[in-house]
Amino acid sequence: MTKITPELVAEHGLSDDEYGRIKRLLNREPSFVELGIFSVMWSEHCSYKSTRIHLRKLPTKAPWVLQGPGENAGVIDIGDGDACIFKMESHNHPSFIEPYQGAATGVGGIMRDIFTMGARPVAMMNALRFGEPSHPKTRHLVSGVVSGIGGYGNCMGVPTVGGEVNFHASYNGNILVNAMCVGLARTNRIFRSAAKGAGNPVVYIGSKTGRDGIHGATMASAEFSEDSEEKRPTVQVGDPFTEKLLLEACLELMATDAIIAIQDMGAAGLTSSSAEMADKGGSGIELNLDHVPQRETDMTAYEMMLSESQERMLAVLKPGREAEAEAIFKKWELDFAVIGITTDTHRLVVKHKGEIVADLPVTALSDEAPLYERPFSKRATATGTPSYDAKLPILESLRTILSAPDMCSRRWVWEQYDYTVMADTVQCPGGDAAVVRVHNSNKGLAISTDVTPRYCRADPYEGAKQAVAEAWRNISAVGAKPLALTDNLNFGNPEKPEIMGEIVSGIDGIGEACRALDFPVIGGNCSLYNETNGEAILPTPAIGGVGLLRDVHRMATIAFKHSGEAILLVGDAKGHLGQSIYLREIEGREEGPCPPVDLAAEKRAGDFVRQLIEDGRVDTVHDVSDGGILVAVAEMALAGDIGADIGIAGMTQSIPFFFGEDQGRYLLTAAPEVADRIEHELREAGLVHAIIGQTIGEKVLRVEREGEATLASLRALHESWFPKYMSGEEIPASN
Amino acid sequence: MKAAVIVFPASNCDRDAAVALEQMTGRKPRLVWHQEKDLPDVDLVVLPGGFSYGDYLRSGAMASQSAVMRAVKAHAEKGGAVLGICNGFQVLTESHMLPGALMRNAELKFVCRPVTMTVEETQNAFTRKYANGQSVTFPVAHGDGNYFADEETLNRLEGEGRVVFRYAPGQNPNGSARNIAGILSEKRNVLGLMPHPERVVDPLLGGTDGRGMFESLIETLS
Repeated sequence: MTKITPELVAEHGLSDDEYGRIKRLLNREPSFVELGIFSVMWSEHCSYKSTRIHLRKLPTKAPWVLQGPGENAGVIDIGDGDACIFKMESHNHPSFIEPYQGAATGVGGIMRDIFTMGARPVAMMNALRFGEPSHPKTRHLVSGVVSGIGGYGNCMGVPTVGGEVNFHASYNGNILVNAMCVGLARTNRIFRSAAKGAGNPVVYIGSKTGRDGIHGATMASAEFSEDSEEKRPTVQVGDPFTEKLLLEACLELMATDAIIAIQDMGAAGLTSSSAEMADKGGSGIELNLDHVPQRETDMTAYEMMLSESQERMLAVLKPGREAEAEAIFKKWELDFAVIGITTDTHRLVVKHKGEIVADLPVTALSDEAPLYERPFSKRATATGTPSYDAKLPILESLRTILSAPDMCSRRWVWEQYDYTVMADTVQCPGGDAAVVRVHNSNKGLAISTDVTPRYCRADPYEGAKQAVAEAWRNISAVGAKPLALTDNLNFGNPEKPEIMGEIVSGIDGIGEACRALDFPVIGGNCSLYNETNGEAILPTPAIGGVGLLRDVHRMATIAFKHSGEAILLVGDAKGHLGQSIYLREIEGREEGPCPPVDLAAEKRAGDFVRQLIEDGRVDTVHDVSDGGILVAVAEMALAGDIGADIGIAGMTQSIPFFFGEDQGRYLLTAAPEVADRIEHELREAGLVHAIIGQTIGEKVLRVEREGEATLASLRALHESWFPKYMSGEEIPASN
Repeated sequence: MKAAVIVFPASNCDRDAAVALEQMTGRKPRLVWHQEKDLPDVDLVVLPGGFSYGDYLRSGAMASQSAVMRAVKAHAEKGGAVLGICNGFQVLTESHMLPGALMRNAELKFVCRPVTMTVEETQNAFTRKYANGQSVTFPVAHGDGNYFADEETLNRLEGEGRVVFRYAPGQNPNGSARNIAGILSEKRNVLGLMPHPERVVDPLLGGTDGRGMFESLIETLS
């Protein structure tokens, strides 16, 4: 038997205190297998030990929420007996080490979280952050991550309909790959993971177990150092073909009533799936590892319990239904094995080759897991108004911004994703929110992922609020009612008080925005320890929002559709330049406070714009975000290939007007007489607004007193950065 | 027109093809599992897009060996219509029901975008409702769509009027020889093409240019 030494305990990422707690809970030393089980179940990744007490403060309820946090994914009711199931999850550390497989298995993992609940995945989104373009690894990582996401999602036949890509030096040694999956089920056919009852067969389905990914959850709970690349064997290898078969086989089994509980084997594989199912069901589970389908010979119990081999599920069936289930999995040529039974002992018992290798109370792995109230300190947030030099003419600034790495077209990325498979994508990548039709209906799901990490660095609380508000705004901008969100909280090392301060403020900011916008959190994931050699990433609480479009025929897109229409700004133009793209790209400074979000004004503006779309009065809307008004107008013109003539609506300062990033704003177009009527209604509703120009017949963007730029020239700049960069063109180091 | 859609493991446009067929013909096509040895009594067999058998080995290679393909070949030999879309086209070349091969895209990346093509032949069951020389836009979504054949074969395809769809100038998404997007078999009853007509039958989804193909088939086969 392997002797448990202090070194071995430390290698498992457990502190001395935590090991002492294990001994007290067991009244003995753990076995080697038990130590492995504790190490993954008590890891930050699985236990949320640093964030649990803070996450409890988030609003998670609404009349339409059918399942909040705590299951494989959250569920909302979208009417007519339809349920929408979604979640976002990170695969940051593996993707940095092995970008293709890391990103691919991130996609595979989140899809399993969705279909394990009985839903067919219908859309994928992602939120990606890379290091600065001049960093020697960035190109390789972008290429690998994008092809990995496409490689897995395309084979699954689930459209990848959008996402975000940002570059920043803080991600040089620690990229972020957050993948979101959205699925559809019937409200009365949702599957959960509680293994209720004793004497029920526990079955293993999917791929065989190998030695890949052992200790992935522990790796995801530690900082990176120079030797991280030696951890490559802990990155799993994805097989989307098997996952596609697993999806179809699971949905076929779910059409019967044979299943009591089902959960995918994600992080910490067999260990977490069995422990969590027993915990939620208030039961126990006894596993016999001799029956686990194995890909390699002589696997030990320790290896099988900690393997993160992909494309596997654990299910509890009603007794006597094994043969029926097995026939389905045989048809799909997948492994199926009865590997255990539920008990009433509240213990997780693991047998291998006739011996009991682990025998643990289930609660020791769940409720009794450490819970930390880590000390935190809050940094002073920036104040004041940054100065600017007006270095460039307005149109020259626009050209620079439209071709900046963070602002240029992401076509190079999304053309590698099959975004039209399933034949329900009614709003493709490149708009404010993607929209997929609910199959066989006129309803649509609007989906958006958002966060502006530079805002969160300046002010973690306001920045997190802004992330929620922007997701809500993007969904409103297509005409959908925002219903719920999933959060993916990416931060540095929570053991550092200033990082813990960012986490606490971030969660508080999310909570405030969710309450004000009636936009609850129904699930999510925390990814902490995103640091390399002690340097943390920008705080990046990514938000994935979902909304319901009542009729996909009444939907807005960003593209200008007719010339001769008035361009109307809803919201105020105060000219907030702190943390703006203008300040960074033109003046070379990341400074000042981030724009504050007035949540009450946000809600009123969004509700007003959505109503216009629902009433069929407006079909061209774009939210004003990164880059401000002029960038938004340019994007609308390029999308529709229709020009515009705009001015500064009586303001005095053109740079703050055109490039300020004030929040809660939308641009929309309407025929002049309709626009008059809308302006009147805006005045009555007390909403700040202005006509800033009109669409025109010529294909140019004309700016009052500044001249004009052809759409063709702007398009060439906007579209060229990404392909040029990825083809290997030299990029000068930034600033 | 009665139609069947073949379902290989990891076909993933089988539903899209079935939905488009039902929308256009008013009747549900039969979905036929790859292990079936016989086909139902149908006028048209569709080999849908996807990643049959994970596209491991080569795209379409393993699917070409599955049981149902013998029945599909027999159906074609009797003059029955077969439409292979995307992965279905790859299965058709791997089965030698169409000449040539579909190699990795020239840029070595998966590509999803609408592409414009010219309809170059209308004397067949698949495109008779289009005008000769008509410009149509279908989406592509593939990693292996780079059509290749030796010069002699290409000349023969051109000479026999078997190049049905050709990418418009500047639109070739994959580097295919002579901008070929879709070809006919010698007997003109088997069509393989990379772009997806089944994704453009509904105006909400970016166009209706694909309808012409289904209307042609309905007119010919009903």
